[in-house]
Amino acid sequence: MNNKAMLFDYVLHLADNQVIMAQRLSELCGHGPALEQDIAITNISLDLIGQARLLFQYAGKLDGRDEDQLAFLRDVHEFRNVLLVEQPNHDFAHVIVRQYLFDEFNFLNYQALCQSKDEDLAAIATKALMEVKYHRRFSRNWMLRLGDGTAISRQKMQDALNDLWSYPGEFFEMTGGEEILAKAGIAADVASMKPTWLANVTQTVKEASLVIPEGDWHQTGGKKGIHSEHLGHILAEMQFLQRAYPGQTW
Amino acid sequence: MDDKELQNRFQAQVDAEIKIEPKDWMPDAYRKTLIRQMSQHAHSEIVGMLPEGNWVTRAPTLKRKAILLAKIQDEGGHGLYLYSAAETLGISREEMIEALHSGKAKYSSVFNYPTLNWADIGAIGWLVDGAAIMNQVALMRTSYGPYSRGMVRICKEESFHQRQGFDILYTLSRGSAEQKAMAQDALNRWWWPSIMMFGPHDSESTHSSQSMKWKIKRKSNDELRQDFIDATVPQAEVLGLSLPDPELKWNEERQHYDFGEINWEEFWSVVKGNGPCNRERLAARRKAYDEGAWVREAASAYAKKKKEQTIAG
Ligand SMILES: [Fe+2]
Ligand SMILES: [Fe+2]
Repeated sequence: MNNKAMLFDYVLHLADNQVIMAQRLSELCGHGPALEQDIAITNISLDLIGQARLLFQYAGKLDGRDEDQLAFLRDVHEFRNVLLVEQPNHDFAHVIVRQYLFDEFNFLNYQALCQSKDEDLAAIATKALMEVKYHRRFSRNWMLRLGDGTAISRQKMQDALNDLWSYPGEFFEMTGGEEILAKAGIAADVASMKPTWLANVTQTVKEASLVIPEGDWHQTGGKKGIHSEHLGHILAEMQFLQRAYPGQTW
Repeated sequence: MDDKELQNRFQAQVDAEIKIEPKDWMPDAYRKTLIRQMSQHAHSEIVGMLPEGNWVTRAPTLKRKAILLAKIQDEGGHGLYLYSAAETLGISREEMIEALHSGKAKYSSVFNYPTLNWADIGAIGWLVDGAAIMNQVALMRTSYGPYSRGMVRICKEESFHQRQGFDILYTLSRGSAEQKAMAQDALNRWWWPSIMMFGPHDSESTHSSQSMKWKIKRKSNDELRQDFIDATVPQAEVLGLSLPDPELKWNEERQHYDFGEINWEEFWSVVKGNGPCNRERLAARRKAYDEGAWVREAASAYAKKKKEQTIAG
């Protein structure tokens, strides 16, 4: 892979994380547990779509495709998002735990990218970081509320944490290209973020009266295009119009 | 002061265009009418999120997805303002939501129609929001202060809703034959339900004359409907799409469009619960509410705990 292809792949990975997370959250629009949370979750989804668009537009500059071709005309194996973001909205506990684990990572990742030698990436990260700060505050507060709310809510949150705990490990794995880009000061060195991420999450989980699940085995594959069964369904729905009526203007 | 005097003073205040505020004395029936109308309005915003939400995950481009999400989010916000405005009349949001879920409270029947293709999202924005704007612009001058102020805030956002709907249809109507067909199909299905949104003819409308006297309503159903049709027909011409009413024709003498008779049988049937999606819409609202119960309980338990800790500390 040459540098341009590596960068393209890397930017797509960042964009795919945001767009798939946004797509999952958008499924909840109109179905939230209360109006306030419905609005807040839609807001996060909107922010993430905005970030995905900027990233796709940048990736498109390297490759010639536009944001919609990249979002709607790639198949499952071409997506580079981490597996966590494609996990379903099983219940509100899963939604919150998934969001929180992702937000802590997204925050650190964008924070590092603000220093990227790639000016486009640094500019996108600077804007995104402001938004993700708010997302993390929202999901962290709900971790505490639901973890430390009632016995039922605590159980649901612990179940969600147990179910999802095998996914974040993948955040910190680096592809070959990512390592090269990180050495060049372009990509974020995600491997080095793990201790900070874990310390932050452990603190929140403790405050929320929950426990970190045991074991350190984790799922992997998303960043290399090997996904869970969920992504195919997400894309079938998301890409329907572009696939059914190719080449049209909407 | 006796009741008669209070009544007179109240009506004088209304007649003088001085807004009625939550702490002011008001006739019981005025309060009841407002609760019914404002909660129905709030429910319409919330139930209205569902047919549009049906296409969020399938929006054809990222830009359209973002616009649609922002639009639906606005409607949620409108629901919030309206519930809080109605709460100033002494009813809680929970009570209003329970009345919706039990079928006691109504919402706009137009949301009981399905969104079957992408152009329906355009048709809803252009026609359904368009009709809602007619109604809401008139309500900015309604006599109850919190309702009137809520409407001012809401109307600011509504014009964007109508524009994005029109823009979807405009793009489709200039697109492929398939896209044009989608747009026409959507108009064929959404035109009459939008016209019905203004409710029965003035002569049939049960609450109208009292509401006009109290200035809760500022324009009659038929006036608003005519305003809407007059504003919308020329826009349909810009789109190059036809409206499914063969009797629709400019009347030079009246300086208004004439239009065909509404199918009132269908109207009442949908109001009574027999529209294509009445069951689904209510079921979706109930499901979200029921599944959210543990979340709301946990949040209030947590808030209570925190408060006690603060007091103890
Ligand atoms: Fe609205
Ligand atoms: Fe609207």
